[in-house]
Amino acid sequence: MNRITYSLNYRKPKENYRADDELVICLRYFHKFGSNNKGKIIKKSTGIKCKLSDWDIDWHKNTERFPIKNSDKLFSKKNKLLKKKVKEFQFFISNLDSINTVSKPKLCSKVPLGPIADQWTSHKNNIRLVSPANKRLIDIIVVGTGLAGGSASATLAELGYNVKSFCFQDSPRRAHSIAAQGGINAAKNYQGDGDSTYRLFYDTVKGGDYRSRESNVYRLAEVSTNIIDQCVAQGVPFAREYGGLLDNRSFGGVLVSRTFYAKGQTGQQLLLGAYSAMNRQIARGKIKMYNRHEMLDIVKVDGKARGIITRNLINGKIERHSAHAVVIASGGYGNLFFLSTNAMGSNVSATWKIHKKGAYFANPCFTQIHPTCIPVSGDHQSKLTLMSESLRNDGRIWVPKTMADAKSIRDGEIKPTELLENQRDYYLERRYPAFGNLVPRDVASRAAKERCDAGYGVNKTGEAVYLDFEAAIIRYGTEKAHLKGLDENDDELVKKLGREVIKSKYGNLFQMYEKIVDQNPYNTPMMIYPAVHYTMGGIWVDYNLMTTIPGCFAIGEANFSDHGANRLGASALMQGLADGYFVLPYTIGDYLADDIRTGPIPTDLPEFDDAEESVINKITCLLENQGSKTVDHYHKILGKIIWNKCGMSRNEKELKEAIVEIQNLRKDFYKNVFVPGTNESFNEPLAKALRVADFLELGELFAKDALDRTESCGGHFREESQTPEGEAMRDDKNFTFVSAWEYKGNPSNAKLHKEQLSYENIELKTRSYK
Amino acid sequence: MKLKLKIWRQENSKSKGKMVLYDIDNVSPDMSFLEMMDVLNEELMIKGIDPVAFDHDCREGICGSCSMFINGEAHGPDRYVTTCQLHMRKFKDGDTIYIEPFRAKTFPVIKDLVVDRTAFDRIQHSGGFISVNTSGNTQDANSIPIEKANADKAFDAATCIGCGACVATCKNSSAMLFVSAKVSQFALLPQGEVEATDRVINMVKQMDEEGFGNCTNTGACQVECPKGISLDNIARMNRELVKAQLKK
Repeated sequence: MNRITYSLNYRKPKENYRADDELVICLRYFHKFGSNNKGKIIKKSTGIKCKLSDWDIDWHKNTERFPIKNSDKLFSKKNKLLKKKVKEFQFFISNLDSINTVSKPKLCSKVPLGPIADQWTSHKNNIRLVSPANKRLIDIIVVGTGLAGGSASATLAELGYNVKSFCFQDSPRRAHSIAAQGGINAAKNYQGDGDSTYRLFYDTVKGGDYRSRESNVYRLAEVSTNIIDQCVAQGVPFAREYGGLLDNRSFGGVLVSRTFYAKGQTGQQLLLGAYSAMNRQIARGKIKMYNRHEMLDIVKVDGKARGIITRNLINGKIERHSAHAVVIASGGYGNLFFLSTNAMGSNVSATWKIHKKGAYFANPCFTQIHPTCIPVSGDHQSKLTLMSESLRNDGRIWVPKTMADAKSIRDGEIKPTELLENQRDYYLERRYPAFGNLVPRDVASRAAKERCDAGYGVNKTGEAVYLDFEAAIIRYGTEKAHLKGLDENDDELVKKLGREVIKSKYGNLFQMYEKIVDQNPYNTPMMIYPAVHYTMGGIWVDYNLMTTIPGCFAIGEANFSDHGANRLGASALMQGLADGYFVLPYTIGDYLADDIRTGPIPTDLPEFDDAEESVINKITCLLENQGSKTVDHYHKILGKIIWNKCGMSRNEKELKEAIVEIQNLRKDFYKNVFVPGTNESFNEPLAKALRVADFLELGELFAKDALDRTESCGGHFREESQTPEGEAMRDDKNFTFVSAWEYKGNPSNAKLHKEQLSYENIELKTRSYK
Repeated sequence: MKLKLKIWRQENSKSKGKMVLYDIDNVSPDMSFLEMMDVLNEELMIKGIDPVAFDHDCREGICGSCSMFINGEAHGPDRYVTTCQLHMRKFKDGDTIYIEPFRAKTFPVIKDLVVDRTAFDRIQHSGGFISVNTSGNTQDANSIPIEKANADKAFDAATCIGCGACVATCKNSSAMLFVSAKVSQFALLPQGEVEATDRVINMVKQMDEEGFGNCTNTGACQVECPKGISLDNIARMNRELVKAQLKK
């Protein structure tokens, strides 16, 4: 029982007081211990005083519920303060309650029983369905229109639900899934190289360094083949061979060719496919699309997700939207680092808001640092550009063998092409002969950092390595010359032919590199360096993709489920579409089956009032702040803290420092940030301030999680836990679990819940790519 | 580098806009055009001036958000790039740069350089899709082989990013290149053939209703298109349209 009442704080018998004595008002609530209903009444002082004569003993009969009578000259101000206190307490108590009910298992993954290969089928056969007639009565909100959000909106609408979709961009087609380059995995085995559902499942779990949930990954591998069929039927122009059938390429961390692609624009083509499916439903009126709307809070009614509060980015209007379920598909939080390959607008706000209202945040520290990005060129840099991993199929990565050569290159005295084969250190091929340049991303990134830290970097800042296509150009050129019956010994001709082949495979990437760096990668090796790219961590979800808030679902990059501690290339597109097209539309029915009689959810409930009020207060607080520093100023500092202390390698000392620095930065932000303009206009700095405020909170949880996990696994490398050769060392005995953090008032109080992971279909062993 | 920027400032869709001059120093040639705008905005905010609003997101040349008309050209003087990938090395110290929004009656200005391109979305709603259910019960992807040349052409058309440079460039504010890219993509694939007749008729109708102009084959759109979408697509759309009208 959590009812809160006001009372006056009598310290001596009531009759000893006089009418004009001042008494402090306190709040009373009943605090229950354990399950046997024992408890006690607790009083908390509010610090607000009123005269005994001004105390309205009948206040609880009023509709207004104000305990202080209007004879007190400050009555309205005091009553307002009291109301605010009650709200704070309510939140505090709701947290207390959850502490007291830990005996009840909160993290139930709901994985179906039975052999892993049959789980998804049997689950689909057994979950509850909503009849087509009832689907019409149910509204679903989908936040985000990337691969996961777009495909989910389209499919839910097609099934008959009323869908409201939200994106902050000016059109759903601009979601950042569009920038994915390399491809999408599917266990089709079209190449006949021994691929199967099990192998894709195995590779994904192994690539994720055994920190993902087996059942979810198996399901992902199982539905992967449907994705390709589906997308081809939708008119996605995948690359084809001359025979007219689909082409494949290979990607890092695997030994088969299972990646489908559309040049270096696979993400674009798949997203436009999902966008077209959405358009079909928008035309039918089944999706109502809200462009340039940002979700600023979730609304819970009776513990269930029932709506969201949004801000219209054009005119600042704060709007209420209700639904029977809320689906979060807002992507990852890589922009925490300021510099990342994410879009400028990508943010954590939607996921952070649901976290603050009760959704657990899982493995926040699992971040993917992608090995092949264009290096940073200066302080003005606003974002980093990825060069697809597919380039590692044909490119060889190297640095000079000697420190002297590296220095000469940095000083511009010699060109990389002048170094002979034996003066180069192909460090990936040297360290990992079996996988060579195609080791998983985390391994490749750390190896690059290791070489650069040792002083072998090749650009001005010493933070770049070479990605060289010369060998591939000659190999392809010779092949082509042979095919055409031309002179295979003519160097110039071979190179010309080879460049044409490379152009047909990676043309747009080479062009992009040339535009940004102003060097021609056909003639001189590309310079690359690792950059933040993807976040494996995210909102904790069960097998049905539901978060710990009933009725709130998280899909795509926003959830944590499938990639463990490291994601393999071309698996993000696969997961986004699998969740959106094939998983969520089924599993959401199991929850909504209870809601067929609920009827429309009104938006005038007090829960909506409260959520809207807190959003407005936050905006007002930021706009009225008399600061002098811009939002980017804080975002850049935050990014530097995270990159330097919680980046590619982490240790206890620096993580602890990072936590303190972020806390201080957050305080400083609220004191000194300057946000220009008004709420009622197109105000990008305001939108950004709201996002950065959430990053400042997430950053602390991120460091806290990294500190807590003292093992190294996947993208999370703790310096304290490595082999003598410098490879990551897992600690399966103590860390085979998912860290799910529960919000407790602020990030430093977050409470850890563990979901133990069990591996029944794959043997848990040390990852080796040697 | 030191530059003079003449930028279109307009408070909102109802107010009248004008060009305003700003000076900017310390521009590095390695900056992208939008990073230069970021620097300008930081300076403006510190001076208490409202920063210049512009659309941008991926900054990799693929999302199609950025929409600046620079020195009289959509996405500026470089070819095959969007504004976000245009670099300052394309300009000289002391240059005056004119920056305007994409202008067309169908793209009303929201603020400064931000325009409303939802007309493009509405054209896509009218037929830019293949009516196939997304529940996964489709036939195997390899059951219909597609000639590589056609698949490649469909892909080239499909790379349109929907930025609107073609409309902003065209003296008639025509959206023919944009619409024809989608029509072509589907017309070239067997999956799209089934609905080809209705698609081209509906999309062209919606395009006309939105108020986009007609095509007079000057080819300016093709030159300014950051993705190099070819004029051939317009020819293909016209052929599809005639074919469809004859059928109906």
